[in-house]
Amino acid sequence: MVSSAPELTAVGAAFPAGGGRGATTRRAPWPLAVGGLAIGLLFAVPLAYLASESLARDVDVVEILRSEDALAPLVRTLTLAVGVAALATALGTALAWLTTRTDLPGRRLWRLVVPLPLVIPSFVGALALIAAFAPDGVFDLLFGFDRSPRIEGYWWSVTLLGLLTYPYVYLPVAARLAALPTSLEESARALGRSPWGSFRTVVLPQLTGAMWAGALLVFLYSLSEFGAVQLLHYDTLTRAIYSARLLDRDTSIVLSLLLATVALVVVITERVHARRRVLTEAVGRARPALTPLGRWRWPAVGFVASVVGVALVGPVIVLVQWTLRGVAGDVALHADRLVTDGWTTAWLGLVTAFVAVAVVLPVAFLTTRHRSWAGGAANTLVVSGFALPGLVVALALVFFVLQVPAFGSLYQTYSLLIAAYVVHFGSQAMRASQVAVSGVPRRVDDAARSLGASRMRRLVTVDLPLMRGGLAAGMGLVLLSTMKELPATLVLRPLGSDTLATRIWASASEGFYAEAGLAALVLLVLSGLLTWFLTIRRAEFA
Amino acid sequence: MGRMCKSAGMHPRSRALLSVGLAVVSVAALAACGGSDGGRLTVYSGRTENLVGPLLEQFSDESGVAIDVLYGDSADLAVQIDTEGDQSPADVFISQSPGAVGYLDGEGRLVPLDDAALALVDERFRAADGEWVGLSGRVRVVVYNRDRVAADELPTSVFDLVDDAYAGRVAVAPTNGSFQDFVTGMRELVGDERTLAWLEGLVANDVRTYPNNDAIRQAVERGDVDFGLINHYYNERAKIEDPGVPTENHLLDADDPGTMVLVTAAAVLDTAGDRRADAERLIEFLLSRDAQEFFAGETLEYPLAAGVDPVVADLPPLADIAAPRLDLDALGGGLQRTRELIRESGLERA
Repeated sequence: MVSSAPELTAVGAAFPAGGGRGATTRRAPWPLAVGGLAIGLLFAVPLAYLASESLARDVDVVEILRSEDALAPLVRTLTLAVGVAALATALGTALAWLTTRTDLPGRRLWRLVVPLPLVIPSFVGALALIAAFAPDGVFDLLFGFDRSPRIEGYWWSVTLLGLLTYPYVYLPVAARLAALPTSLEESARALGRSPWGSFRTVVLPQLTGAMWAGALLVFLYSLSEFGAVQLLHYDTLTRAIYSARLLDRDTSIVLSLLLATVALVVVITERVHARRRVLTEAVGRARPALTPLGRWRWPAVGFVASVVGVALVGPVIVLVQWTLRGVAGDVALHADRLVTDGWTTAWLGLVTAFVAVAVVLPVAFLTTRHRSWAGGAANTLVVSGFALPGLVVALALVFFVLQVPAFGSLYQTYSLLIAAYVVHFGSQAMRASQVAVSGVPRRVDDAARSLGASRMRRLVTVDLPLMRGGLAAGMGLVLLSTMKELPATLVLRPLGSDTLATRIWASASEGFYAEAGLAALVLLVLSGLLTWFLTIRRAEFA
Repeated sequence: MGRMCKSAGMHPRSRALLSVGLAVVSVAALAACGGSDGGRLTVYSGRTENLVGPLLEQFSDESGVAIDVLYGDSADLAVQIDTEGDQSPADVFISQSPGAVGYLDGEGRLVPLDDAALALVDERFRAADGEWVGLSGRVRVVVYNRDRVAADELPTSVFDLVDDAYAGRVAVAPTNGSFQDFVTGMRELVGDERTLAWLEGLVANDVRTYPNNDAIRQAVERGDVDFGLINHYYNERAKIEDPGVPTENHLLDADDPGTMVLVTAAAVLDTAGDRRADAERLIEFLLSRDAQEFFAGETLEYPLAAGVDPVVADLPPLADIAAPRLDLDALGGGLQRTRELIRESGLERA
């Protein structure tokens, strides 16, 4: 059971949703329950701060919620998030099935390339998309148009974000497919079903859990999206939060709470439904019989290639174009800064990934091995960290450390920045850790116990070695999210430090495109490499 | 099963993973520590590293005063300083717009500058109470696309932009500091009532909004809109990155509210304490010939001191722009009211 591509399964499971977890009824030892709950409370600091501020400031919540600033942007935000989640789910699922279960030509290569758009920060994607359609942009050079189309509004936002976030669906669905027995599908094919028919009636129902998991993450991501929708001229709740953050903090706080509430309601609803799903048990990796695509072979290749082309190759071409134009025009590129920023970005990402997994691991043990209200509460609190936009998490932490003297010395330190990252992205490590924990057979642990091994010894010698693939997958996701994080980094980074994301943002907003382009390319290559080492490589060649 | 049997002891690869993790943590801890001794200044800069970093380094080299910088958005940094209160590490604030530095002035967070520093700059471009001083100037212009706009279509006043001829063709950035400073200046010149009417006129005329100056310039380049209200600097920068861009700067009439010089500014904070003398030395350095030539040549702005001339090719010298005579202090103190007017007009949601 451990040999069924555990890493990929864990990548896929790094998402907040239910699954066939074998929760046991063994009572949680009290130190674990208390520790897990304490960790959950740490994750709740930003939310609790917002709630207490809105009470302390005696904010007129009803009036703010009824104003034009709240309702229309809220509706637009929800419509966007639903649209993006739907598109990402469709793309992610189709790509996962084509690359893992069919005789798609070049599928081994596609499996490496398809998750990569995840490394592109969405504001960079938006800048690149806009530039691609500009006069002298990629599309003008290829096709030539009389007048550039306006790249803005709902459909462009959905398209862009859908293309950049489908990997959140692709990864869990591909992992699920890898663990799913092929016998049912083979029977359906033997009984004469078409490839599409067997997919729809046999495979699809088994994937709904993974699809919901990915869709939920995309939904939350879209709720708190800021830079790209601003550039694409689509007004959402984050704009209202941002423009009120300085001189109208009441409105900013209430709207942040509104956003967090929406996200939490969706997360909890999804969890309740997820518990009802029954899934076929995962089995070992028998070489699956691939569904022949027949005459759809080449159209399918065309589909995969065009998705990857638009989501990955397109942005890269634009970034290269900016850089080369700068080189030709002898614009200063400040390569030395990029080395420093790249190093900062890389170590911050690695440390955050390590800390995030270490911090959520006790909660993962608590929720997977034991049944307790403390585990459920801690789990929800950890997920709440992802429900808040990064900017809100960061501002809440700033106010918090400045108001509580004991924490004052943390201000403008890497520690606080890493803490913010962990709070914001911890839920991504959580699901991977839970799957990793449940992947350790109880009888192995029991055997070690009967031989007299202490709890700590069992953790180090039995549990951790068996979980490393899954934990590495969780680290990979956190690493990736951290490296491209912008709003919280802008607020919390220590004096004199920059990450590649803040460098790209600063350069692009002042019109230093050559520098922004090169910095973005460095970010793409660096996060691609690090993630590949941590997860994708292990999943593919394990 | 085979892999499980091997894990009776700690698996070598997981040990490697663990030690890599620990090594990274300890390297990070080392990187996070920095020594601090002797003269040291903390600067919060709303100007990006490209626009001021080399000057800070030069000052540091010449004076021996070490400098820590936090770069960010001017308004965000101003509010951050305000939030930090008396715990703020900031000694000097360099702002990209008068609004942000004026905000801190209004909150009583600035200390008056030395007369010697103030005397370097024309009184049009410094605070009347002497609490901040302009470093460089940016002039408000209309950016337009020369491929799409005929010479006789160019406006002469911002009030033209609410006419039918400009319906759906104009872009502004209502959440951007420069635009808000311009609106505050306009209020000073023509009053709140006419300003609000103009803002509402823009909304009624199907004005298009963008997040910042550069996004507007790009929109004009693409032809999404034909005209945009921005600071001159952005188009100059664009021509360096790509000499072929079809966007041009256009100055409105000399006495029109749309022609306005917005300064970038510097101030010393009340948290500077005994570092105040070093802070003032830094500001005097930023007004020296070296620094002003940097602003003229590298950032393409109008120098405000030391008799340095601008190098910008397609704009007249600062003295020839009969910019409205503004009490720039109002630009900061009035920011709250400006935001209220912008919100009231519905422009943010346009």
